[in-house]
Amino acid sequence: MNKLIMGRYLPGDSLIYQLDPRGKFLLTFYFVGIVFLANNVASYVFLMAFVLFAVYLSKINFGFFIKGLRPIFWLILFTVLLQLFFTPSSHPIWHWGFLTLSKEGMVIASYIFVRFVLIIFISTLLTLTTTPIEISDSIESILKPLKKVNFPVTQVALMLSIALRFVPLLVDETTKIMDAQRARGVDFGEGGLIKRIKSFVPILIPLFVSSFSIAYDLAIAMESRGYKDGEGRSKYRVLKWSKRDNITVLVMLAVTIILLFIRSY
Amino acid sequence: MEITFEHVTHSYDANSPMANLGLDDVSLKIDDKKFTAIVGQTGSGKSTLVRHINALLKPTSGKLTVGDRVITSETNNKNLKPLRKKVGMVFQFPESQLFEETVEKDIMFGPMNFGFSESDAKDAAHEMIELVGLSKDYLQKSPFDLSGGQMRRVAIAGVLASNPETIILDEPTAGLDPVGRHEIMDLFKNLQSKGRTIILITHNMDDVANYADEMAVMSQGKLVASGLPSDVFNNQDLLKNDLLTLPQSAQFAQSLAQKYFQFNKLPITIDELSAEIKQQVNGD
Repeated sequence: MNKLIMGRYLPGDSLIYQLDPRGKFLLTFYFVGIVFLANNVASYVFLMAFVLFAVYLSKINFGFFIKGLRPIFWLILFTVLLQLFFTPSSHPIWHWGFLTLSKEGMVIASYIFVRFVLIIFISTLLTLTTTPIEISDSIESILKPLKKVNFPVTQVALMLSIALRFVPLLVDETTKIMDAQRARGVDFGEGGLIKRIKSFVPILIPLFVSSFSIAYDLAIAMESRGYKDGEGRSKYRVLKWSKRDNITVLVMLAVTIILLFIRSY
Repeated sequence: MEITFEHVTHSYDANSPMANLGLDDVSLKIDDKKFTAIVGQTGSGKSTLVRHINALLKPTSGKLTVGDRVITSETNNKNLKPLRKKVGMVFQFPESQLFEETVEKDIMFGPMNFGFSESDAKDAAHEMIELVGLSKDYLQKSPFDLSGGQMRRVAIAGVLASNPETIILDEPTAGLDPVGRHEIMDLFKNLQSKGRTIILITHNMDDVANYADEMAVMSQGKLVASGLPSDVFNNQDLLKNDLLTLPQSAQFAQSLAQKYFQFNKLPITIDELSAEIKQQVNGD
């Protein structure tokens, strides 16, 4: 349960940590977008170099980024194999039934692989260096213009931060309930498929029950402290946009321009 | 069952920068058929320690022996059922483990997993519900319709129903009213007299003084003291460093000792205290 690296904050202090989370958040999405602009070896090498540079700036052990790949390892493998053997080609190197191995297939497969790595690395960088609460604050700040069309921005942001806040709590609760049922002789991951699925009932029901009671307690606690959403609430954590954030945006623009140049080269 | 820890160290998140020591080189022997209390501040490693006994956690280094089973870092996750059948564990707030439609089914859950036949499991449920102080009428109710204290009793019955030789209790009385607390503690003492080994984690020093034969004190993942409660509660180093507080009787004796009275050894239970006072008053 603790193996999940994506979405896990790692305390630290480096340039990447100090950037405004709104900028980091938007630029991460922007970068994921421009990854799809890359179309030749040089452009992928360039983007990889940029990501590795960002990783270097974060001063986080590289191993954490590799671990970020682990949860979706099978997805990557599946996609890469699919591209490798199913890319149609007029000059196949190897051919067997419906499987074809060709130079084009290999190239596309390696592009796909690098694309996955780039996207995972950059999003892992965001989540490792940004606390979940910073991310939800950013989303609130970014969505603010939607208030004009009566979109409930503050409620959505509150829901988001409560949800994020309760993820570790529910993980703990799950671990605890799993331990308790294990002590009562449940073997998770043993037996046939049906038996395995059944072995999750003793976890899910207690988990639902405790989630509802936690939610109920939280609602009471918030009401008793006079929580009222909407107008006039000041912020405890104030986001501040500074010069280095401007520089980051400029760097990202430069990356885009260079990428466009390499692309058409 | 006799349980022996030999230089057991457990590190959470080993191999990561967030690694922290849950247990630090703990060696401890827990005697067969004894009532052993484990005390220590929150986060001192008590729960981590007992989770090793039924292999929910495994040592990062060192080894422990539970009956005839040896558990090391290499112990396989398979085939732990026989061990877990012998070592029953009541977790903190065990009521959160209830999930079945009826109390009866929930109590039968453990025994059925450990290979009891349906009729044996049913018999166990009928026996245990009364043992924990509820009537058989509760068997057909939904566990979620019960009060918190009743749920606690049902959960405890669910662990006892598998007839474990060793029973581990992680603060079983937290949040119960005083009457309920005494009933539950007497139940465990009673089980000990029927040949079970009891291991109790608690913050309540009176429970330690009244029920335990042996005690162990944990601090920051280390075992800092172990032995007879009457000896451990007289260990001035522990008291000075706030690693331990005294049971009420001992506190009372300490106050008495400031005037007129003198104690070679602090009495830890009411009986000992009153006997001492009687002797000193009459003796003069």
